[in-house]
Amino acid sequence: MSLIQYHFNVEKDDFDRAGEASSNIKKILRQLGIDAAIIRKVAISTYEAEINVVIHSLGGVISLEIDTSSIKITAKDRGPGIANIELAMQAGYSTASDKVREMGFGAGMGLPNMEKCADKFEVESVVGIGTTITMHMYI
Amino acid sequence: MKINEIKELLCAEILCGGEFLSNEVNYAFGSDLMSDVLAYVKEKTVLLTGLTNTQVIRTAEMADLNAIIFVRGKRPDQDLVKLAMENNIVLMLTTDTMYTASGKLYSNGLEGTKI
Repeated sequence: MSLIQYHFNVEKDDFDRAGEASSNIKKILRQLGIDAAIIRKVAISTYEAEINVVIHSLGGVISLEIDTSSIKITAKDRGPGIANIELAMQAGYSTASDKVREMGFGAGMGLPNMEKCADKFEVESVVGIGTTITMHMYI
Repeated sequence: MKINEIKELLCAEILCGGEFLSNEVNYAFGSDLMSDVLAYVKEKTVLLTGLTNTQVIRTAEMADLNAIIFVRGKRPDQDLVKLAMENNIVLMLTTDTMYTASGKLYSNGLEGTKI
C-alpha cells in the first residue's frame, strides 16, 4: 500500500509548463529526505516521461506513489498509443516533430533513458486507448 | 574549476547566480540535445549550449547541474532567467562558439564528462 500519493495533470503541447510535474515531484522527494542520487534518477526519468506525454500524447497524468521500499512513478496518457513498442524502445528511433527537436528533444533517447534510470521499468500501450509507463526506484 | 574562472576565461556576462561564482564544477558537457544531457551528465557539471528555451533550465534542474553557459551570444528571455534563479543555477553568456568556449575550458584543465 502506498503511504504517499500525488497526481499531476500534464497537457498536450503545453511546452511552457512541461517539466512542472517533475519539478514538483523532485521537491516532494527532497522534503522527504530521500537520498540525492535516487532523487536525481527519479527526476530525470519522470521528466523524460513528462516530455513524452506533452509531445506525443493527447495529455495524461503523472503519479508519484511512495511506500516503505520504493518510489513508483506512473505516466498514463489518453492516447494515441504506441503501435510498435519494441521499435519505440530502440535508441535513436523517434516520431517527434521538428519543433520538438528544436527544443532539444525527440532524439529517440527518452524511453531508453527512463529504462536506464529505473530499477524496474514497464511500458504498456494500446493503440486508440493510451500508453502507461511504470517505473520503480528502490529506496 | 571555479565558476568564476570559467567566467574570466570566456569573458562571459553573468545573467544570474552571481552569488555562486565561488562554487566548483568538476566537468563540462556541450550539447544542444537535452536528452543527451539527461543521459550522460554527472553532478557538478557546467553545460555549454546554444539552446535558450526553458526546457534547458528544467533539464539542468533534474540533472543537478550548477551552471549553464549560453554560447554564440544566444541571449535567453527573462522567463528562463527567472526559472534559473528559482533553482540556484548560474547562467552566463559568451560570444564564443561552442567549439571555442569548450577549447578554452579544456585547455585550462576542465575535463569533459566521461560517457
